[in-house]
Amino acid sequence: MALLEVRDLAIAFGGLKAVDGVSFSVEKGEVFAIIGPNGAGKSTIFNLISRFYDPSAGSIRFEGREITGLAAHEIAPLGIARTFQNIELFDHSTVLQNLLMGRHAHRRTSWIEDLLFLPRVRREERLHRRRVEEVIEFLELEAHRNKLIAGLPYGVRKVVEIGRALATGPKLLLLDEPASGLSVEETQDVAFWIEDMQKDMGLTILMVEHDMNLVARVSNRVLAVANGRPLAMGTPAEVQGHPAVIEAYLGTAAVSKVSA
Amino acid sequence: MELVQLLLGGIANGCIYGLIALGFVLIYKASEGVNFAQGDMMMLGAFVTLGFVNADRMDLPFLPGVALACLVMGCVGYGIDRFLVRGVFGQPQFAMVILTIALGFALRFVAGTIWGYSPLVLETPLAGVNLELAAGLAVSAADAATIVTTVVLTVLLWAFFARTRLGLAIQAASQNQLAAYYMGIPVKFVNSLVWALSGIVATVAGVLYAAKGAIDPNIGLLGIKAFAAAVIGGFGSLPGALAGGVIVGLIEATAQRYGPSGISQMAPYALMLLVLVFWPGGLFAQIRAKKV
Repeated sequence: MALLEVRDLAIAFGGLKAVDGVSFSVEKGEVFAIIGPNGAGKSTIFNLISRFYDPSAGSIRFEGREITGLAAHEIAPLGIARTFQNIELFDHSTVLQNLLMGRHAHRRTSWIEDLLFLPRVRREERLHRRRVEEVIEFLELEAHRNKLIAGLPYGVRKVVEIGRALATGPKLLLLDEPASGLSVEETQDVAFWIEDMQKDMGLTILMVEHDMNLVARVSNRVLAVANGRPLAMGTPAEVQGHPAVIEAYLGTAAVSKVSA
Repeated sequence: MELVQLLLGGIANGCIYGLIALGFVLIYKASEGVNFAQGDMMMLGAFVTLGFVNADRMDLPFLPGVALACLVMGCVGYGIDRFLVRGVFGQPQFAMVILTIALGFALRFVAGTIWGYSPLVLETPLAGVNLELAAGLAVSAADAATIVTTVVLTVLLWAFFARTRLGLAIQAASQNQLAAYYMGIPVKFVNSLVWALSGIVATVAGVLYAAKGAIDPNIGLLGIKAFAAAVIGGFGSLPGALAGGVIVGLIEATAQRYGPSGISQMAPYALMLLVLVFWPGGLFAQIRAKKV
Protein backbone atom coordinates (compact mmCIF):
# COMPACT_ATOMS: atom_id res chain seq x y z
CA MET A 1 0.00 0.00 0.00
CA ALA A 2 1.27 3.44 -0.93
CA LEU A 3 1.78 5.92 1.93
CA LEU A 4 -0.09 8.63 0.08
CA GLU A 5 -2.58 7.94 -2.66
CA VAL A 6 -4.12 10.79 -4.64
CA ARG A 7 -6.84 9.90 -7.10
CA ASP A 8 -8.65 12.08 -9.67
CA LEU A 9 -8.07 15.18 -7.59
CA ALA A 10 -9.81 18.34 -8.83
CA ILE A 11 -10.58 21.83 -7.63
CA ALA A 12 -11.89 24.90 -9.43
CA PHE A 13 -11.67 28.55 -8.36
CA GLY A 14 -14.62 30.15 -10.10
CA GLY A 15 -14.21 29.05 -13.72
CA LEU A 16 -10.52 28.22 -13.39
CA LYS A 17 -9.76 24.53 -13.05
CA ALA A 18 -6.62 24.86 -10.97
CA VAL A 19 -6.28 21.10 -10.54
CA ASP A 20 -8.10 18.80 -12.91
CA GLY A 21 -7.89 15.05 -12.59
CA VAL A 22 -4.49 14.52 -10.99
CA SER A 23 -3.63 11.03 -9.71
CA PHE A 24 -0.40 9.75 -8.20
CA SER A 25 0.81 7.72 -5.29
CA VAL A 26 3.84 8.21 -3.11
CA GLU A 27 5.48 5.02 -1.82
CA LYS A 28 6.87 4.82 1.68
CA GLY A 29 10.48 5.98 1.78
CA GLU A 30 10.64 7.68 -1.59
CA VAL A 31 11.28 11.26 -2.61
CA PHE A 32 8.58 12.34 -5.00
CA ALA A 33 8.73 15.69 -6.79
CA ILE A 34 6.03 17.65 -8.56
CA ILE A 35 7.29 20.01 -11.24
CA GLY A 36 5.59 22.32 -13.71
CA PRO A 37 5.52 25.88 -15.01
CA ASN A 38 4.21 28.73 -12.86
CA GLY A 39 0.49 28.46 -12.27
CA ALA A 40 0.46 24.76 -13.15
CA GLY A 41 -1.36 23.91 -9.91
CA LYS A 42 1.56 22.45 -7.95
CA SER A 43 1.04 24.48 -4.82
CA THR A 44 -2.71 23.94 -5.09
CA ILE A 45 -2.12 20.17 -4.99
CA PHE A 46 -0.08 20.76 -1.85
CA ASN A 47 -2.78 22.87 -0.31
CA LEU A 48 -5.34 20.18 -1.09
CA ILE A 49 -3.26 17.45 0.53
CA SER A 50 -2.56 19.60 3.58
CA ARG A 51 -6.31 20.29 3.82
CA PHE A 52 -6.09 24.04 3.29
CA TYR A 53 -8.52 23.70 0.37
CA ASP A 54 -11.40 21.28 -0.08
CA PRO A 55 -11.25 19.37 -3.37
CA SER A 56 -14.33 19.47 -5.60
CA ALA A 57 -13.66 15.87 -6.63
CA GLY A 58 -11.25 13.03 -6.00
CA SER A 59 -9.76 11.33 -2.99
CA ILE A 60 -6.62 11.62 -0.91
CA ARG A 61 -5.63 8.61 1.17
CA PHE A 62 -2.87 8.62 3.77
CA GLU A 63 -1.91 5.16 5.05
CA GLY A 64 -5.12 3.92 3.46
CA ARG A 65 -7.26 6.43 5.33
CA GLU A 66 -9.35 9.01 3.48
CA ILE A 67 -8.25 12.48 4.68
CA THR A 68 -10.34 14.79 2.49
CA GLY A 69 -12.87 15.12 5.33
CA LEU A 70 -10.29 16.25 7.90
CA ALA A 71 -9.58 19.82 8.99
CA ALA A 72 -6.17 21.42 8.46
CA HIS A 73 -5.20 21.04 12.12
CA GLU A 74 -5.98 17.32 12.12
CA ILE A 75 -3.22 16.23 9.74
CA ALA A 76 -0.22 17.01 11.94
CA PRO A 77 -1.18 14.29 14.47
CA LEU A 78 -1.45 11.80 11.57
CA GLY A 79 2.19 12.42 10.71
CA ILE A 80 2.02 14.91 7.85
CA ALA A 81 4.10 18.09 8.08
CA ARG A 82 4.59 20.86 5.55
CA THR A 83 6.66 23.91 4.75
CA PHE A 84 5.54 26.95 2.81
CA GLN A 85 6.77 28.61 -0.35
CA ASN A 86 6.61 31.99 1.40
CA ILE A 87 8.05 31.17 4.80
CA GLU A 88 5.42 31.01 7.55
CA LEU A 89 7.16 31.10 10.92
CA PHE A 90 6.26 32.47 14.34
CA ASP A 91 8.16 35.71 13.74
CA HIS A 92 8.22 37.10 17.26
CA SER A 93 9.63 33.91 18.72
CA THR A 94 13.07 32.36 18.77
CA VAL A 95 14.25 29.48 16.59
CA LEU A 96 14.04 27.17 19.60
CA GLN A 97 10.46 28.26 20.40
CA ASN A 98 9.45 27.70 16.78
CA LEU A 99 10.86 24.19 16.81
CA LEU A 100 9.28 23.41 20.19
CA MET A 101 5.95 24.48 18.74
CA GLY A 102 6.43 21.63 16.31
CA ARG A 103 6.06 19.29 19.29
CA HIS A 104 2.60 20.71 20.09
CA ALA A 105 0.66 17.76 18.71
CA HIS A 106 2.71 15.42 20.94
CA ARG A 107 2.05 17.15 24.25
CA ARG A 108 -0.05 15.00 26.51
CA THR A 109 -0.21 16.86 29.82
CA SER A 110 -3.31 18.74 30.92
CA TRP A 111 -3.38 22.47 31.61
CA ILE A 112 -3.64 21.93 35.35
CA GLU A 113 -0.52 19.77 35.30
CA ASP A 114 1.15 22.41 33.12
CA LEU A 115 0.27 25.23 35.52
CA LEU A 116 1.57 23.28 38.52
CA PHE A 117 4.65 22.24 36.52
CA LEU A 118 4.47 18.68 37.90
CA PRO A 119 7.32 16.17 37.43
CA ARG A 120 5.40 14.55 34.57
CA VAL A 121 5.35 17.89 32.76
CA ARG A 122 9.08 18.42 33.32
CA ARG A 123 9.82 14.89 32.10
CA GLU A 124 7.78 15.46 28.96
CA GLU A 125 9.38 18.84 28.34
CA ARG A 126 12.86 17.33 28.57
CA LEU A 127 11.84 14.70 26.03
CA HIS A 128 10.53 17.33 23.58
CA ARG A 129 13.62 19.43 24.09
CA ARG A 130 15.82 16.44 23.27
CA ARG A 131 13.92 15.79 20.05
CA VAL A 132 14.24 19.45 19.09
CA GLU A 133 17.98 19.43 19.86
CA GLU A 134 18.39 16.49 17.49
CA VAL A 135 16.76 18.55 14.75
CA ILE A 136 18.94 21.57 15.59
CA GLU A 137 22.04 19.42 15.36
CA PHE A 138 20.93 17.80 12.10
CA LEU A 139 20.24 21.15 10.40
CA GLU A 140 23.23 22.88 12.05
CA LEU A 141 21.09 25.59 13.63
CA GLU A 142 23.08 25.70 16.91
CA ALA A 143 24.32 29.25 16.35
CA HIS A 144 20.79 30.56 15.83
CA ARG A 145 19.05 28.64 18.62
CA ASN A 146 18.03 31.64 20.70
CA LYS A 147 17.68 34.28 17.99
CA LEU A 148 14.36 35.83 17.02
CA ILE A 149 13.05 34.79 13.61
CA ALA A 150 12.39 38.39 12.56
CA GLY A 151 16.13 39.16 12.50
CA LEU A 152 17.33 36.05 10.66
CA PRO A 153 18.46 35.96 7.02
CA TYR A 154 16.11 34.39 4.46
CA GLY A 155 18.17 31.23 3.98
CA VAL A 156 18.23 30.45 7.69
CA ARG A 157 14.49 31.03 8.07
CA LYS A 158 13.90 28.58 5.24
CA VAL A 159 15.92 25.96 7.16
CA VAL A 160 14.09 26.72 10.42
CA GLU A 161 10.84 25.94 8.63
CA ILE A 162 12.15 22.55 7.57
CA GLY A 163 13.31 22.06 11.15
CA ARG A 164 9.91 22.88 12.60
CA ALA A 165 8.28 20.42 10.21
CA LEU A 166 10.83 17.76 11.23
CA ALA A 167 10.18 18.45 14.91
CA THR A 168 6.57 17.34 14.47
CA GLY A 169 7.96 13.84 13.87
CA PRO A 170 6.29 13.33 10.49
CA LYS A 171 6.02 10.24 8.32
CA LEU A 172 5.34 12.36 5.25
CA LEU A 173 7.06 15.69 4.73
CA LEU A 174 5.64 18.15 2.21
CA LEU A 175 8.26 20.64 1.03
CA ASP A 176 6.89 23.58 -0.96
CA GLU A 177 9.80 24.91 -3.06
CA PRO A 178 12.51 24.23 -0.46
CA ALA A 179 15.24 25.78 -2.64
CA SER A 180 13.48 28.90 -3.91
CA GLY A 181 15.45 32.03 -3.13
CA LEU A 182 18.45 30.05 -1.85
CA SER A 183 22.05 30.43 -3.02
CA VAL A 184 23.83 27.58 -4.78
CA GLU A 185 25.57 26.53 -1.53
CA GLU A 186 22.36 26.67 0.46
CA THR A 187 20.61 24.56 -2.20
CA GLN A 188 23.45 22.04 -1.88
CA ASP A 189 22.77 21.82 1.85
CA VAL A 190 19.07 21.28 1.21
CA ALA A 191 19.93 18.45 -1.18
CA PHE A 192 22.13 16.78 1.46
CA TRP A 193 19.42 17.12 4.08
CA ILE A 194 16.74 15.66 1.84
CA GLU A 195 19.01 12.69 1.11
CA ASP A 196 19.71 12.21 4.82
CA MET A 197 16.05 12.55 5.78
CA GLN A 198 15.22 9.84 3.27
CA LYS A 199 18.06 7.46 4.06
CA ASP A 200 18.80 7.99 7.75
CA MET A 201 15.40 9.03 9.06
CA GLY A 202 13.33 6.91 6.71
CA LEU A 203 11.10 9.84 5.82
CA THR A 204 8.88 10.01 2.79
CA ILE A 205 9.12 13.36 1.04
CA LEU A 206 6.79 15.00 -1.41
CA MET A 207 8.11 18.25 -2.81
CA VAL A 208 7.26 20.96 -5.28
CA GLU A 209 10.39 22.46 -6.77
CA HIS A 210 11.54 24.54 -9.73
CA ASP A 211 15.26 23.84 -9.47
CA MET A 212 15.64 20.89 -11.87
CA ASN A 213 19.17 20.14 -10.66
CA LEU A 214 17.87 19.59 -7.15
CA VAL A 215 14.90 17.57 -8.41
CA ALA A 216 17.11 15.37 -10.59
CA ARG A 217 19.56 14.83 -7.76
CA VAL A 218 17.26 13.82 -4.94
CA SER A 219 13.98 12.51 -6.35
CA ASN A 220 13.11 8.91 -7.12
CA ARG A 221 10.09 9.85 -9.18
CA VAL A 222 8.77 13.04 -10.72
CA LEU A 223 5.29 14.14 -11.75
CA ALA A 224 5.04 16.99 -14.25
CA VAL A 225 1.84 19.04 -14.33
CA ALA A 226 0.65 21.92 -16.48
CA ASN A 227 -2.64 23.79 -16.42
CA GLY A 228 -3.79 21.61 -13.56
CA ARG A 229 -3.43 18.38 -15.57
CA PRO A 230 -0.77 15.66 -15.31
CA LEU A 231 1.71 15.58 -18.20
CA ALA A 232 4.15 12.83 -17.40
CA MET A 233 5.38 10.70 -14.53
CA GLY A 234 8.58 8.68 -14.13
CA THR A 235 12.24 9.02 -13.18
CA PRO A 236 13.67 12.55 -13.36
CA ALA A 237 15.43 11.75 -16.65
CA GLU A 238 12.31 10.28 -18.23
CA VAL A 239 10.17 13.24 -17.29
CA GLN A 240 12.75 15.83 -18.32
CA GLY A 241 13.01 14.25 -21.75
CA HIS A 242 9.27 13.79 -22.24
CA PRO A 243 8.02 15.79 -25.28
CA ALA A 244 4.89 17.05 -23.47
CA VAL A 245 7.04 18.41 -20.64
CA ILE A 246 9.45 20.17 -22.98
CA GLU A 247 6.49 21.63 -24.83
CA ALA A 248 4.89 22.91 -21.65
CA TYR A 249 8.10 24.62 -20.58
CA LEU A 250 9.49 25.83 -23.90
CA GLY A 251 6.67 25.72 -26.49
CA THR A 252 6.07 23.39 -29.45
CA ALA A 253 8.96 24.67 -31.56
CA ALA A 254 11.37 23.37 -28.95
CA VAL A 255 10.02 19.83 -29.23
CA SER A 256 10.90 19.54 -32.93
CA LYS A 257 14.31 21.03 -32.22
CA VAL A 258 15.00 18.54 -29.43
CA SER A 259 13.79 15.55 -31.41
CA ALA A 260 15.58 16.68 -34.56
CA MET B 1 0.71 60.13 53.83
CA GLU B 2 -1.94 61.94 51.88
CA LEU B 3 0.02 61.29 48.70
CA VAL B 4 0.31 57.57 49.45
CA GLN B 5 -3.42 57.46 50.03
CA LEU B 6 -3.97 59.23 46.73
CA LEU B 7 -1.65 56.90 44.84
CA LEU B 8 -3.30 53.79 46.32
CA GLY B 9 -6.67 54.97 45.02
CA GLY B 10 -5.09 55.73 41.64
CA ILE B 11 -3.52 52.29 41.45
CA ALA B 12 -6.85 50.62 42.32
CA ASN B 13 -8.67 52.53 39.59
CA GLY B 14 -5.79 51.85 37.25
CA CYS B 15 -6.10 48.11 37.88
CA ILE B 16 -9.65 48.20 36.52
CA TYR B 17 -8.47 50.06 33.40
CA GLY B 18 -5.67 47.52 33.22
CA LEU B 19 -8.08 44.57 33.33
CA ILE B 20 -10.17 46.03 30.51
CA ALA B 21 -6.98 46.81 28.59
CA LEU B 22 -5.99 43.17 29.15
CA GLY B 23 -9.20 42.21 27.35
CA PHE B 24 -8.30 44.52 24.46
CA VAL B 25 -4.89 42.90 24.16
CA LEU B 26 -6.22 39.33 24.36
CA ILE B 27 -8.64 39.97 21.49
CA TYR B 28 -6.05 41.87 19.51
CA LYS B 29 -3.73 38.88 19.74
CA ALA B 30 -6.38 36.44 18.62
CA SER B 31 -8.38 38.33 16.02
CA GLU B 32 -5.89 41.04 14.99
CA GLY B 33 -8.51 43.67 15.60
CA VAL B 34 -9.67 45.93 18.38
CA ASN B 35 -12.79 44.94 20.29
CA PHE B 36 -14.48 48.28 20.90
CA ALA B 37 -17.19 46.45 22.85
CA GLN B 38 -14.71 45.42 25.57
CA GLY B 39 -16.00 48.11 27.96
CA ASP B 40 -19.55 47.04 27.28
CA MET B 41 -18.65 43.43 27.99
CA MET B 42 -17.39 44.66 31.36
CA MET B 43 -20.69 46.46 31.89
CA LEU B 44 -22.68 43.37 30.97
CA GLY B 45 -20.51 41.23 33.26
CA ALA B 46 -21.26 43.58 36.15
CA PHE B 47 -25.00 43.44 35.45
CA VAL B 48 -25.07 39.66 35.07
CA THR B 49 -23.32 39.40 38.44
CA LEU B 50 -25.84 41.83 39.91
CA GLY B 51 -28.64 39.67 38.53
CA PHE B 52 -27.19 36.63 40.32
CA VAL B 53 -26.23 38.04 43.71
CA ASN B 54 -28.48 41.02 44.59
CA ALA B 55 -31.08 40.26 47.24
CA ASP B 56 -33.99 41.44 45.11
CA ARG B 57 -32.76 39.30 42.17
CA MET B 58 -31.57 35.70 42.51
CA ASP B 59 -29.84 36.30 45.84
CA LEU B 60 -27.01 33.80 45.37
CA PRO B 61 -23.96 33.95 47.67
CA PHE B 62 -21.40 36.46 46.35
CA LEU B 63 -18.47 34.34 45.15
CA PRO B 64 -20.51 31.53 43.53
CA GLY B 65 -22.57 34.30 41.89
CA VAL B 66 -19.43 35.88 40.43
CA ALA B 67 -18.19 32.48 39.24
CA LEU B 68 -21.51 31.84 37.56
CA ALA B 69 -21.42 35.28 35.93
CA CYS B 70 -17.90 34.53 34.66
CA LEU B 71 -19.20 31.30 33.15
CA VAL B 72 -22.11 33.07 31.47
CA MET B 73 -19.90 35.85 30.13
CA GLY B 74 -17.35 33.29 28.93
CA CYS B 75 -20.11 31.72 26.87
CA VAL B 76 -21.20 35.17 25.63
CA GLY B 77 -17.61 35.91 24.56
CA TYR B 78 -17.32 32.53 22.85
CA GLY B 79 -20.62 33.09 21.06
CA ILE B 80 -19.66 36.59 19.91
CA ASP B 81 -16.62 35.16 18.17
CA ARG B 82 -18.31 32.05 16.87
CA PHE B 83 -21.36 33.76 15.38
CA LEU B 84 -20.28 37.36 14.68
CA VAL B 85 -16.54 37.94 14.49
CA ARG B 86 -15.79 34.76 12.53
CA GLY B 87 -18.10 36.14 9.84
CA VAL B 88 -15.75 39.06 9.13
CA PHE B 89 -12.63 36.88 9.39
CA GLY B 90 -10.21 37.81 6.62
CA GLN B 91 -12.03 41.08 5.89
CA PRO B 92 -10.21 44.41 6.31
CA GLN B 93 -9.71 45.43 9.97
CA PHE B 94 -12.31 48.13 9.48
CA ALA B 95 -15.04 45.48 9.38
CA MET B 96 -14.22 44.33 12.88
CA VAL B 97 -14.08 47.92 14.17
CA ILE B 98 -17.60 48.62 12.91
CA LEU B 99 -18.84 45.23 14.07
CA THR B 100 -17.61 45.67 17.62
CA ILE B 101 -18.82 49.28 17.89
CA ALA B 102 -22.28 48.09 16.82
CA LEU B 103 -22.01 45.20 19.25
CA GLY B 104 -21.28 47.68 22.03
CA PHE B 105 -24.51 49.57 21.24
CA ALA B 106 -26.42 46.30 21.17
CA LEU B 107 -25.04 45.18 24.55
CA ARG B 108 -25.91 48.56 26.10
CA PHE B 109 -29.44 48.22 24.74
CA VAL B 110 -29.77 44.65 26.02
CA ALA B 111 -28.60 45.67 29.51
CA GLY B 112 -30.88 48.71 29.50
CA THR B 113 -33.87 46.60 28.54
CA ILE B 114 -33.25 44.00 31.21
CA TRP B 115 -31.97 46.11 34.12
CA GLY B 116 -33.17 49.62 33.23
CA TYR B 117 -31.17 52.83 32.81
CA SER B 118 -31.24 54.10 36.39
CA PRO B 119 -28.07 53.40 38.40
CA LEU B 120 -28.07 50.16 40.44
CA VAL B 121 -25.76 49.06 43.19
CA LEU B 122 -24.15 45.62 43.22
CA GLU B 123 -24.32 44.19 46.73
CA THR B 124 -20.85 43.03 47.71
CA PRO B 125 -19.41 41.92 51.04
CA LEU B 126 -16.78 44.66 50.44
CA ALA B 127 -19.14 47.61 50.71
CA GLY B 128 -18.26 50.15 53.40
CA VAL B 129 -15.34 48.16 54.83
CA ASN B 130 -12.05 50.01 55.33
CA LEU B 131 -8.71 48.50 56.15
CA GLU B 132 -6.33 50.56 58.30
CA LEU B 133 -2.82 50.03 56.93
CA ALA B 134 -1.05 52.53 59.17
CA ALA B 135 -1.96 55.53 61.23
CA GLY B 136 -3.83 57.86 58.91
CA LEU B 137 -3.54 55.48 55.96
CA ALA B 138 -6.68 53.52 55.15
CA VAL B 139 -7.66 51.64 52.08
CA SER B 140 -11.20 50.59 51.22
CA ALA B 141 -11.78 46.86 51.01
CA ALA B 142 -12.97 47.35 47.43
CA ASP B 143 -9.66 48.99 46.44
CA ALA B 144 -7.63 46.33 48.23
CA ALA B 145 -9.63 43.56 46.57
CA THR B 146 -9.17 45.23 43.20
CA ILE B 147 -5.41 45.39 43.50
CA VAL B 148 -5.02 41.86 44.86
CA THR B 149 -7.42 40.33 42.31
CA THR B 150 -5.73 42.10 39.43
CA VAL B 151 -2.27 40.95 40.45
CA VAL B 152 -3.44 37.35 40.96
CA LEU B 153 -5.34 37.31 37.66
CA THR B 154 -2.39 38.74 35.76
CA VAL B 155 -0.01 36.16 37.22
CA LEU B 156 -2.48 33.38 36.39
CA LEU B 157 -2.87 34.63 32.82
CA TRP B 158 0.88 34.95 32.46
CA ALA B 159 1.39 31.37 33.68
CA PHE B 160 -1.41 30.18 31.41
CA PHE B 161 0.20 31.73 28.33
CA ALA B 162 3.77 30.82 29.21
CA ARG B 163 3.24 27.27 30.44
CA THR B 164 0.14 25.53 29.22
CA ARG B 165 -0.32 23.76 25.91
CA LEU B 166 -3.43 25.81 25.16
CA GLY B 167 -1.78 29.09 26.15
CA LEU B 168 1.16 28.42 23.86
CA ALA B 169 -1.22 27.41 21.08
CA ILE B 170 -2.99 30.77 21.45
CA GLN B 171 0.33 32.60 21.24
CA ALA B 172 1.36 30.60 18.18
CA ALA B 173 -1.97 31.22 16.45
CA SER B 174 -1.67 34.94 17.14
CA GLN B 175 1.74 35.05 15.49
CA ASN B 176 0.94 32.97 12.41
CA GLN B 177 -2.44 31.35 11.89
CA LEU B 178 -1.44 29.41 8.78
CA ALA B 179 1.57 27.84 10.43
CA ALA B 180 -0.43 27.16 13.60
CA TYR B 181 -2.82 24.89 11.68
CA TYR B 182 0.06 22.64 10.69
CA MET B 183 1.27 22.37 14.26
CA GLY B 184 -2.12 20.75 14.95
CA ILE B 185 -3.78 23.85 16.45
CA PRO B 186 -7.51 24.33 15.74
CA VAL B 187 -7.08 28.05 15.13
CA LYS B 188 -10.75 29.08 14.94
CA PHE B 189 -11.67 27.22 18.12
CA VAL B 190 -8.66 28.70 19.90
CA ASN B 191 -9.72 32.22 18.82
CA SER B 192 -13.19 31.66 20.24
CA LEU B 193 -11.62 30.51 23.51
CA VAL B 194 -9.69 33.76 23.71
CA TRP B 195 -12.96 35.65 23.35
CA ALA B 196 -14.38 33.53 26.15
CA LEU B 197 -11.35 34.35 28.28
CA SER B 198 -11.73 38.04 27.57
CA GLY B 199 -15.42 37.82 28.57
CA ILE B 200 -14.31 36.37 31.91
CA VAL B 201 -11.64 39.03 32.47
CA ALA B 202 -14.22 41.70 31.57
CA THR B 203 -16.60 40.28 34.18
CA VAL B 204 -13.96 40.39 36.90
CA ALA B 205 -13.23 44.00 35.93
CA GLY B 206 -16.96 44.77 36.00
CA VAL B 207 -17.45 43.30 39.47
CA LEU B 208 -14.48 45.24 40.85
CA TYR B 209 -15.77 48.42 39.23
CA ALA B 210 -19.26 47.85 40.61
CA ALA B 211 -17.83 47.28 44.10
CA LYS B 212 -16.89 50.97 44.16
CA GLY B 213 -20.15 52.57 43.06
CA ALA B 214 -23.39 52.35 41.16
CA ILE B 215 -23.54 50.93 37.64
CA ASP B 216 -25.71 51.80 34.64
CA PRO B 217 -25.64 50.57 31.03
CA ASN B 218 -23.32 53.40 29.97
CA ILE B 219 -20.36 52.56 32.22
CA GLY B 220 -18.88 50.66 29.29
CA LEU B 221 -17.63 53.99 27.94
CA LEU B 222 -14.88 53.53 30.50
CA GLY B 223 -13.49 51.22 27.84
CA ILE B 224 -12.21 54.24 25.94
CA LYS B 225 -9.95 55.15 28.83
CA ALA B 226 -8.82 51.54 28.99
CA PHE B 227 -8.13 51.72 25.27
CA ALA B 228 -5.77 54.61 25.99
CA ALA B 229 -4.16 52.42 28.65
CA ALA B 230 -3.68 49.58 26.18
CA VAL B 231 -2.09 51.95 23.64
CA ILE B 232 0.22 53.42 26.29
CA GLY B 233 1.24 49.92 27.34
CA GLY B 234 1.88 48.88 23.75
CA PHE B 235 -0.98 46.95 22.23
CA GLY B 236 -0.08 43.30 22.25
CA SER B 237 1.66 42.98 25.60
CA LEU B 238 -0.24 41.65 28.63
CA PRO B 239 2.00 43.14 31.33
CA GLY B 240 2.10 46.31 29.22
CA ALA B 241 -1.69 46.55 29.33
CA LEU B 242 -1.72 46.29 33.11
CA ALA B 243 1.12 48.80 33.47
CA GLY B 244 -0.65 51.15 31.05
CA GLY B 245 -3.79 50.91 33.17
CA VAL B 246 -1.93 51.68 36.39
CA ILE B 247 -0.14 54.63 34.74
CA VAL B 248 -3.49 56.05 33.58
CA GLY B 249 -4.97 55.55 37.07
CA LEU B 250 -2.03 57.30 38.75
CA ILE B 251 -2.00 60.22 36.34
CA GLU B 252 -5.72 60.68 36.70
CA ALA B 253 -5.55 60.69 40.49
CA THR B 254 -2.64 63.12 40.71
CA ALA B 255 -4.04 65.41 38.03
CA GLN B 256 -7.33 65.56 39.87
CA ARG B 257 -5.64 66.51 43.14
CA TYR B 258 -2.95 68.90 41.95
CA GLY B 259 -4.03 70.05 38.48
CA PRO B 260 -6.65 72.57 37.43
CA SER B 261 -10.20 71.26 37.21
CA GLY B 262 -10.98 69.21 34.12
CA ILE B 263 -7.37 68.21 33.53
CA SER B 264 -7.85 64.75 35.02
CA GLN B 265 -10.37 63.81 32.33
CA MET B 266 -7.94 64.94 29.66
CA ALA B 267 -4.67 63.63 31.07
CA PRO B 268 -4.93 59.96 29.99
CA TYR B 269 -5.58 60.92 26.37
CA ALA B 270 -2.88 63.58 26.37
CA LEU B 271 -0.46 60.94 27.60
CA MET B 272 -1.68 58.54 24.91
CA LEU B 273 -0.93 61.16 22.24
CA LEU B 274 2.54 61.80 23.68
CA VAL B 275 3.28 58.08 23.75
CA LEU B 276 2.07 57.67 20.17
CA VAL B 277 4.32 60.51 19.03
CA PHE B 278 7.48 59.51 20.88
CA TRP B 279 7.13 55.73 21.33
CA PRO B 280 4.74 54.65 18.56
CA GLY B 281 4.97 51.02 19.68
CA GLY B 282 3.90 51.87 23.24
CA LEU B 283 6.03 51.89 26.37
CA PHE B 284 6.26 48.09 26.50
CA ALA B 285 6.41 47.43 22.77
CA GLN B 286 6.87 43.85 21.72
CA ILE B 287 6.86 44.69 18.05
CA ARG B 288 10.14 46.31 17.18
CA ALA B 289 10.79 48.21 13.98
CA LYS B 290 11.77 45.90 11.15
CA LYS B 291 15.45 45.83 10.31
CA VAL B 292 16.11 46.32 6.62
